Amino acid sequence: MNDIVIIGAGTAGLSAAIYARRAGKTVLVLEQLSYGGQIINTPEIENYPGIRNISGFDFATGLYEQATALGAEVLIEKVVSIEDGDIKKVVTEEGSHECRAVILATGAKNRPLGLAREEELTGAGVSYCATCDGAFFRGKDVAVNGGGNTALEDALFLSNYCSHVYLIHRRDAFRGDDKEVQRLKDKENVEFVLDSVITALNGEDALDSVSVKNVKTGEEKDLAVKGLFVAIGQMPDNAAFAGLVELDDHGYIKAGEDCLTGTKGIFTAGDCRTKTVRQLTTASADGAVAALAACSYIG
Amino acid sequence: MAVITLTSENFEEEVLKSSEPVLVDFWAPWCGPCKMLSPLVDQVAEEKNFKVGKVNVDDEADLAEKYNIMNIPALKLFNGGAVVKESVGMIPKAKIEEFIGV
Repeated sequence: MNDIVIIGAGTAGLSAAIYARRAGKTVLVLEQLSYGGQIINTPEIENYPGIRNISGFDFATGLYEQATALGAEVLIEKVVSIEDGDIKKVVTEEGSHECRAVILATGAKNRPLGLAREEELTGAGVSYCATCDGAFFRGKDVAVNGGGNTALEDALFLSNYCSHVYLIHRRDAFRGDDKEVQRLKDKENVEFVLDSVITALNGEDALDSVSVKNVKTGEEKDLAVKGLFVAIGQMPDNAAFAGLVELDDHGYIKAGEDCLTGTKGIFTAGDCRTKTVRQLTTASADGAVAALAACSYIG
Repeated sequence: MAVITLTSENFEEEVLKSSEPVLVDFWAPWCGPCKMLSPLVDQVAEEKNFKVGKVNVDDEADLAEKYNIMNIPALKLFNGGAVVKESVGMIPKAKIEEFIGV
C-alpha cells in the first residue's frame, strides 16, 4: 500500500509527488494520458520564476524525471472511482490501489463547443491548439472562437500564417487584454464577428465552413473556413469524484488555498480546484501545499 | 522492428508497396505531444514487431499535405497502399496497441 495516491501527472500532481517523496512518504501517481498535463502543448514558457525560457515539453519532462528519480511511481491508468475510509481504495480501469491519503490533481481540459460532428472533424479542420496546428493552415481562411486572451493570442498568431482570420465571439467586448484587441484591430486580415455563436460545422471529410448566428439580430450566415480554432476556455474533469468531494457549479473541486476538501484525507491541487488564477506557478504551489497537508494528515 | 524515417523519396517503397501493414507517425520537433507519443510508438514497434515509419512534417511538407495532416501528432495505419485507420492527438500506449490491432 502507498501512503499517498496522486491523481493526475500534470504540474500540480508531479510537484505534490516531489514534496511527498522528500517528506519520506511512498507515492503512486495515476495518469490517464501522459505525464505533463496541459503544459506540454505550450511551445515556450517565459513566466516560471527562475527559468527564463523553456518549452512545455522540457519542463514537463524535467518535472517527471525529478519526481521519478525521487522514487515516485507513475502509472498510466484511468481512475473511475474512490472508495473512502481510513484506508482509501482508488479504483482504475485496470485495477485498484490502496492508500492513506489521496491528492486530486486532475487539471482541466479544453472546453469543446458541444456541436454535432465536432469530434469527427477534430483533426480535419477543428483544433484546440493554434500554436500546434496553425502552420498547417498557411494561406488558408480560418476562424477562432472565443473572447479571452487565448482566443486573442491565437488569432494574432494565425494572422501571420493565414490569409484571413475570423474572430468569432458571443459578446461585443472581449475579456482579454485591450492591448491584444488593439493589435488585432490593426491587422488587415483579421475580421471580428461579434455577438455571434457557431451553430454548425460543415464539410464532408474536412471542415469547409462554419455556420454562425448573430445573437442580437438573429441573422445567420456561413463563413468559408478550412480551420476552426476553439478557445472558449477550459473545463474540469471531476465527475468521478462528485460523491466524494464537493464540486462547484462548473465542476471544480471546492477548496481554498489550503488545498483541503471537506473530506478527511482527500486533498486537491492545481487547476481542478476552485481558484481565480490558473498558472504553472499556482499549480506547483498547490502541489507543495497539498502534499505537505497530506503528509501531516498521515502523520 | 526498426523505425524508419520516411521521406517523399522512400514513402512509396516503404509504405505504399509494403507487404505488411505500416504505422506512420506524423510529427514535428516543436510539437510537445508528438514528443510524448513518439517513444511510445517506438516501444510498440519494438515489442510487437510492427513496422513503423516517422514523417517529420516540417521536412516533408508534401507528404503532410498529401495525407491532409491538420493536427499533430497524427497516426495513420497503412495497409495495401491505403490509409485504413487514423488517430489524432496524444494517446496512451495501450491505445496505440489497440489502434494497430495487436
